[in-house]
Order: sequence, then structure tokens, then C-alpha cells
Amino acid sequence: MSTRLATGGRLIDRTKPLGFTFDGRALRGYAGDTLAAALLANDQMMIARSFKYHRPRGILAAGVEEPNALVGLGQGPRHEPDQRATTTELFADAAMVSQNAWPSLTLDVGALNTLFARFLPAGFYYKTFMFPRFAWKHLYEPVVRLSAGIGKAPAEPDADRYEQAYDFTDVLIAGGGIAGLTAALAAAQGGQRVLVLEQTAHWGGRAPVDGVAIDGKPADAWVAEALATLRAMPNVTLRRRTMVAGVYDHGFVIAQESVADHLPGADLPRHRLWRIRARRIIAATGAIERPLAFAGNDIPGVMLASAARDYVVNFAVSPGDRTVIVTNNDDAYRTALALLDAGLVVPAILDARATASGELPNMARARGIRVLEGRGIAKVKGGKRVRAVQVCAQAGEGAELETIACDCVAMSGGFSPVVHLFSQPGGKLAWDAANGMFTPDPARAPTGADGQPFVACAGAASGALQAHDCLEGAHAAGGGTGPAPQASAPPEAPMQPVWMMPQGAPPALRAKMWLDFQNDVKVSDVQLAAREGYVSVEHTKRYTTLGMASDQGKMSNINGLAILSDALGQPIPATGTTTFRPPYAPISFGAIAGEARGEIFQPLRRTPMHGWHEANGAHWEPVGLWRRPYCYPRAGETQTQAVMREVTNTRQHLGLLDASTLGKIVVKGPDAGRFLDMLYTGVMSTLPVGKCRYGLMCSENGFLMDDGVVVRLADDTWLCHTTTGGADRIHAHMEDWLQCEWWDWQVYTANLTEQFAQIAIVGPNARELLQRLGGLDVSREALPFMAFAEGTLAGIPARVFRISFSGELSYEVAVPASHGLAFWNACLAAGADLGAMPYGTEALHVLRAEKGFIMIGDETDGTVIPQDLGLGWAISKKKPDYLGKRAQERAHMTNPDRWKLVGLETLDGSVLPDGVLAPAPGVNANGQRLTQGRVTSTYFSPTLGRGIAMGLVARGPERMGEEIDFVAGDKTIRARIRDQVFYDKDGEKQNV
Amino acid sequence: MLTLTCPYCGIAADETELAPGGQAHLKRFGPGSSDDEFEGYLFARKNPKGVHFERWRHAYGCGKWFLAARCTATLEVFGTYPAQVTEPPPEIIAAIKAKRPDWKGF
Repeated sequence: MSTRLATGGRLIDRTKPLGFTFDGRALRGYAGDTLAAALLANDQMMIARSFKYHRPRGILAAGVEEPNALVGLGQGPRHEPDQRATTTELFADAAMVSQNAWPSLTLDVGALNTLFARFLPAGFYYKTFMFPRFAWKHLYEPVVRLSAGIGKAPAEPDADRYEQAYDFTDVLIAGGGIAGLTAALAAAQGGQRVLVLEQTAHWGGRAPVDGVAIDGKPADAWVAEALATLRAMPNVTLRRRTMVAGVYDHGFVIAQESVADHLPGADLPRHRLWRIRARRIIAATGAIERPLAFAGNDIPGVMLASAARDYVVNFAVSPGDRTVIVTNNDDAYRTALALLDAGLVVPAILDARATASGELPNMARARGIRVLEGRGIAKVKGGKRVRAVQVCAQAGEGAELETIACDCVAMSGGFSPVVHLFSQPGGKLAWDAANGMFTPDPARAPTGADGQPFVACAGAASGALQAHDCLEGAHAAGGGTGPAPQASAPPEAPMQPVWMMPQGAPPALRAKMWLDFQNDVKVSDVQLAAREGYVSVEHTKRYTTLGMASDQGKMSNINGLAILSDALGQPIPATGTTTFRPPYAPISFGAIAGEARGEIFQPLRRTPMHGWHEANGAHWEPVGLWRRPYCYPRAGETQTQAVMREVTNTRQHLGLLDASTLGKIVVKGPDAGRFLDMLYTGVMSTLPVGKCRYGLMCSENGFLMDDGVVVRLADDTWLCHTTTGGADRIHAHMEDWLQCEWWDWQVYTANLTEQFAQIAIVGPNARELLQRLGGLDVSREALPFMAFAEGTLAGIPARVFRISFSGELSYEVAVPASHGLAFWNACLAAGADLGAMPYGTEALHVLRAEKGFIMIGDETDGTVIPQDLGLGWAISKKKPDYLGKRAQERAHMTNPDRWKLVGLETLDGSVLPDGVLAPAPGVNANGQRLTQGRVTSTYFSPTLGRGIAMGLVARGPERMGEEIDFVAGDKTIRARIRDQVFYDKDGEKQNV
Repeated sequence: MLTLTCPYCGIAADETELAPGGQAHLKRFGPGSSDDEFEGYLFARKNPKGVHFERWRHAYGCGKWFLAARCTATLEVFGTYPAQVTEPPPEIIAAIKAKRPDWKGF
């Protein structure tokens, strides 16, 4: 059994016991424990069921590479699935639940899958659920979905808060082990700004556990001194619990700081996402031990040798009473010695190498441990816990030589440097055959904006697995002058790569050798993929799902590609690795979202009258970042009823629209007229001062991108109105052409959208209202249709444009934004007995559709040119050039078969559904029905008492009076093609 | 995420401050141009693995458009310069040639 030892534990505080629960069972641990350490201390070795076969799974590692020990942590709004027990610190009352097991961890129905394991090989899904075709959707997928996924998603919104922060540095050091601290000291002493990020809560990394001495001191003491030195330097920042998740172009780094995971209830953000610019990055990220592939290597009780050592030394937790060590290197002997030091039993060390005669093996022998050379494990016996191992010759085929009873197996297949941060931005790796590992190739490091390498690895991450080399390299990486700290540890003899144990294992054993523990991928699966023709490691990964779990194959990838290389009969470097992608370890969605949720998800733009709309019951419609009133329902009124009332009132009396969101761009300068002639399809340079003209703006490929009224304010000044959504985009478009094409033209543009409130005063009583407000002559003679005047209204400075988007007598009045609300209220007060009533965007749409006016985004979709919309009258035939003119001459644009704008009226007066298509006879090359048109705007018109619509129809204007069918689902609706102006074709109402 | 120095502000701007504008130094063809000329102007874009000239706008800064010469493969930046030119200035050409002697030229 695993248990807490009576003494020791360098990271735990025995004076601070903490209670917690696992599957409802009350357990106790100590402050400083990880969840995994605390579980092991309570003999909870089995933590979860595996994903595919539901095999019992225990704690395999002691760090971020852990594939098995994922738990559901926390309750209610703080529940989160898949929390890594090996990296999460224990806190008081932590509530954990096991995952992937039903009804319970020990009695799990899904475990039946393991009986059918031979029928669930790699690519099972691709091969099995193919026929009959309909069954996937109705039968297979619903069943597969039930068993898919690891853990349960939380049901409530996250109760925690998160934040993002920014930093910059000369040197960023990822990893606070002895290599990282050595590099930090060197860089900091050189005067550089240094930021050191350590993913765990502790500095020093593995060295204190491994018994390394530095400059004659124990590693712990040296680390404490190094930290004191660094903390005293103003140019150094040290951050614990901060995991570097990704390194990107030009030294951009993302890191997640776990601020309050270990302090639940504290008034702190749970996670902080750091966005950092670093001139140089030193990845002192260490190395991860590899498992060995032997049959039953996933049975709870089998763990990494380094992890077993960590639990004993750091947490005083014994992983088992009798631990068999199996290894291909000297490092695992340290585990044997540490277990012995803790008073535990090591019945044997199985060393796959033919001879083990280095200093560490000899120390083990001297302590009386049996060291069996050239031996491996044929099979682990046990179900929910290791009971024994069958010993075999590594060179053989698994014949049992003896059986050794044990309850823990500590395995070591060598180490893989953590090269992720070097590889993510493009660094290339080299194969170190002697140590069986990929190492960063400094000659092919990722390069930055200056063409120089900006990521270097230091310590074990660089492949320097021996403490002495590790510090020499780290000191140099930090730019150190003078001597490097001197580390001493027993020398290690070379390891011997072992990718399968025993090397001649028959199929029955290979089908029980796990490579990827989280995704249940075995040696036999990778070999099957190779037999089925997979040669690319990237394809094999996706086919077998090797390395695609949430641990991203930290433990499995190298073993997997070694098996693939062997099956393909090629050397490992020829197979290569899969791509290392950020994040290094999972980061929370909360941290990615940061503060951007709820009210402040994005900025809200408010017009000066926003508060009034809100107070008067506006139903909002989001338009860009604005909110615009869609309508103003009154008590007992539906939204539809409100819209009808607003339309009718505007047509009969007086409507007020908050049009402040419309873009207002002033264009000024000696060349402004010439510039606008290039931007608009019409001529703006000839517009007289005091007049308005409707203009269309096209992109260079001819498509209509925006429209609006242009006003000539003065001889050298024009005001361009844009659509609400277009204001920023059109201003940028203007600047683009001014700065990059016609930079010698003297033109200045300014976006004044928010400087003015704009109110449309619409309806037969509009003139009367303005006259009551007083201050300006707004008579038909003084201010005719499409004229502009400036003065005061109701004592407020105002620009009055006599323009109409409704077909009614209409004025748009712009006042300084600070006067917007006062002017709005003045209009309502003075117009009370004239029927003044606000109307919203939906009424605006109905009014404009009744008049056949187009709306950017409804009648246009980025493929429509003005000629399609019958807007030829707004295109100058005389101008030699404007943006889009040449494109509109292309054969496709002048094709008479293009879909063109028409009005549509249903024969039964109903409202056509929005966006529906009119089919045409025949099918296209893909067997899809041909179409001849679609509806672009469709409304019920209260004015006409029937449905009205506009649409684009092939050769539409030539087909007036023709009836065509539109199809909506299984309904066919017949409509007649007609002129798109449904109301007051001659404009008598707007010209009064 | 790139960092490019805005030649107007002189500050090293994060890519989040910038808006990309595609290939630089296009020659505009308008009415009167042939179909081939216009097609080349409107649609044909270089996609080199190596030295490339790009338009960028310091959208969340000074608002100015500028041009950048950089390597699309290594992300090395050879220089940035104001957009009011029809071809790369000599010092940019020199900087590229110094780093990429076998570069075929603009």
C-alpha cells in the first residue's frame, strides 16, 4: 500500500493538516501536498478509469506530464473537470471526484470494454461505423457520444474571476530549477532585465530530490542563496506558479499564473494570463522521464522512477512497501537509494542493459539491493493494483524467469528534454543517439526580427542531463562571465534505448503495452497503423490518437515514434517528431477570456440619447458596438405592433429617429473634391455649397461597399455620411487611398461621428416642428429637398439636412453631441400635439423598403455592384475614373444575366421569408438545383396592408409582371416581379 | 505575433496595434487598362517564401500606413518605411542584400 512516512518530506508542513474528500470519502493531507501526494498518502493509488477501455489507472508521474490522474475538482460554479492531481496544490476541503467511471471507480460498467479490446484497435471508429450510412446519425453517434469525453463539464457559470497582464523583459527564463536560476544569475549580473517564471510553487526543480551538491553545498541551500541574491537585484522578477504556455513570433510569450488555485475564497483572480515580450528566452524547462513499454505498464502502482523518488523525498509518501525498479539508465538507481533511505524495500532492480557497473549501480549493490542485469519485465500481475512482476530477459521473448512480489514498480526509460518552447516558434531538433533523445539544435534555433536566435535551452532541456554540464551550459546561456557554479553528483554510465520490453515480445504482450495512457494507445496500435500503410508520424498520430490527449503526449510521443520507426524499418530521426504546439500544458478558458465577459465583453457605444431610449422602454438592436432602439413597445404592445404603430405614425404625423450612429466624416482641402470624385461613383466636386447628394462607394473590385449622403459644407469642405457600421471602415478606406496612392493630394479627413448627435425628423408635420423650434428658415423655398442649412434651432447650434430615407418630408438635424439630449427633448416637447413619437430601426427599415431604398448589408453582400441595384443614375458616365470603375467593365460584371434588384409581391399578400431562394429548372454540376433569385428585404407594410419585398432576380428588370416561385422549407410561395418602389413613386410626399 | 517599428512614431508596435494591408508597391491600373493588366493588379499577388514587402497600418496608434520588408520564412524584418514611395528605398534594398546576398531583387 502507499502511505505517509513518519518522518521527512521537504515540501510538506506537518503542523498544517488539511481535510479533503475523494469521491465523498473524507481524507487528510498536509499543506504543501499536491493532490496526488495527498491521495497516495491515503493509499488512493487508483484515481480514474481510462478513456477507451476503462482500465483502472493510477498516479504515474509527479508533474505536468501526468496522463492518468485527472480529477473533477470543486463543486457547483467552481467545479472543473480534468484537473491534474500531480500539479494542483492541496487546499482545505478540496472536493475531488474520479472520472470516467460509473457507477463507481471500483465497480465500473465501462470496464467491459477491456474484454472487447481486441475489437477496438486503432482506427476503430473509421472502420466500424461506416454502414448503413443512415445509422451513424441515428444509432452510432448518439451511443458514441454518451461515452465520449473525459470528465463532466461544469453546469454553472464560473464563479471565479480572471485577469490578464502585460510585461516585457530582456531575458525571460522559463523554469526555476538550478539551470534556470544559474542562467538568471548570469543574465542579471550582466545588468539585463530578467524575468524568471517557474510553473510549480517551488524553486530548485529536481536537484534537491536528486541529491545534487552545488559549490559544495546541498542543492536546497544553494537554491536559497541564489534566490536571496536574485531577490536583492532590482532588475530581476521572480514568479512562481507561472507556466510558460507558448512562445510565439518575435519573442511573444504567453504564461499562466495560478494566483489563487491554492487559496480558494481569497479575494484574488484565480488565474492571470501574462502576455510578455522578451528579447531573449532561455528555456530551462528540464526533462521528462519516459515510461518503458512492457505488458501491464498501466496497472496502478506502476509509476515513473523519478516520480516515486519525488513522492518519498518531497512529500514523505511511500508509493509502496515493495518497489521493483526497472530501468535502462543509472538515474533510476537514485530512486532505489531514496526508497532505502526511507526504510522501504526494493526487492530488485531490473536493468535492461547487459551490464550496470557505474557508480550508482555499485552504490545500490553496496546497500544490498539485487541488481539483475539484462533483465526486464515480461508482465505486471495485478488488476487494480500491482501484485507482482514476472521477470524476463530483455533480449528474449518474455519467458518468465522468476516472479517477484511487489506493490509498486518504478520504471525509467530515459529522459526527453522539454524542448517545447524552443520548437513552438520553429526551432529544429537533433537526435542524440547515445541518450536516445531529441535535443534542441542551437544552429537551427528560432530567429527573431533581427535574424538572431531568440530562444536557447539551458540545463536538462538542452540535453545536459548531468548536473555539472547542466550548470556550465546554463551559465553560458545567461551570458555569464567568470566561473559557473560547480555541481557535483555521481557520474552516470550511458543509458541504452529500450523501446519495447522484452525486445522480442509476442503480440499478446504488445497488446498490453501502453504508450499513450490517457488515450489508451498501445504498442500494437502503432504497429497496426504502420502495417496499414501509415508512414508519416503526423498521420499516425491522428489515426491512433497517440499524443492527442490533454497531456499532448509528453510521455508517449518519443516512445510512439520509436515504435513507428522500428515498424517502418527506418532510423528515428527519419521519422521525426510531431509538431510542438502551444499551450505547453492546458490553460483555463477563464484566463483566455480574462476580464472580457458579461458587461465588459466588448465596449458599448452610446449615443447622447441612449439613456432616454433605455428609460423609455427601447427594445435594443446591436449595430456594430452601438445599441440602437429597434422599437419602443408600449404597455401591452408586442414588438410587431410597436413597429406598425411607429411606421404609421411617421407616415401620418411625425416620427423622430436617433440617427447619431451614422458615420460623419469631414473631408477638407484643396484636392478634396477631386478625391471624393475618385471615392464615389458620382461627381461630388460639382456639388454646390449648401447642397446634398446621395453617393455610392465601391471597392476597387467594383462591389458596392457603402452609401450615404454627401454635403458640401464650404468651398473646400465636404461632409460624408456613411452607414452606421461603415464609419470606421470607410474612414480607414479613405486614409488608405490618401496615404498610399494619392499622397501628393492635399486632403484632410476626420471622423466626427461621435462629435454630433443626429436626429431625423420625419413626417408631414416635420416642417411645422422645426418652425416651432425656431431660429432657421426651413420653408420649401429656403430649404428645398437635398439642401443644407446651418444656424440654430431652439437656441442650439444645428446643421439641417433636408434628406429623406423614408419618402416623407424629412430633415436630419445634427447638433453638438453635448446638446443631443436637450434637442431630442425639445423636439418631443414642441411636437407633442403634432404626434411626435420616436421610432426605431425596424420602422426605419419598413419605411425605406416601402420606398424601395436599398440597405447596405441587405441588398449588398460583397458581390453586388451598383448596376445590379438599378443605381446607374448615381454613377457618373463622364468621369474618366473612380474606384471600382475598371472592375465594373469586366465581362462578368456586364453580363446581362446578372441578378438585379426588383420588387416582389406575393400573390396572397403574405410576407416572404427573408433570404429565400427562387429555384430555376435544372441542376448544377454538383447535382444541386439551380436558382434564379433570392429575397434581400422583406416586411409587412402597414401602409399598404400587405407583404412587400425586394430581391435580386436573374434579368429581373426585364421580367416585370412575371410570377416566380420561392421555396421556404417545404412551402412554395408565388410572387410577382414588380418595380421596387411600393409607395409614392413620384416622391410627392418628400418634396412638399 | 510580430513587432514592427512604425516609421512615423518610431515605436516598436505589437501586431495587435497594426492592421495588415497585403502586398506593397502595387501599381494601380484603372479604366483603359487591358484585362491582363487589371487582373494582375487586382488579383495576382506574390506569395514568396523569403523576402516580401507588405503594407501595414498603425491602426491603434498614429493611424499611418507604412511598408515593411521582411522574410516570410524566418520573420526577420529588414526594415520599415513610409508608404509614400513606389519602390523600396535604397537603404532597405541594401539591408536586404546584406542579409540575403542571393536575393533576386524587388
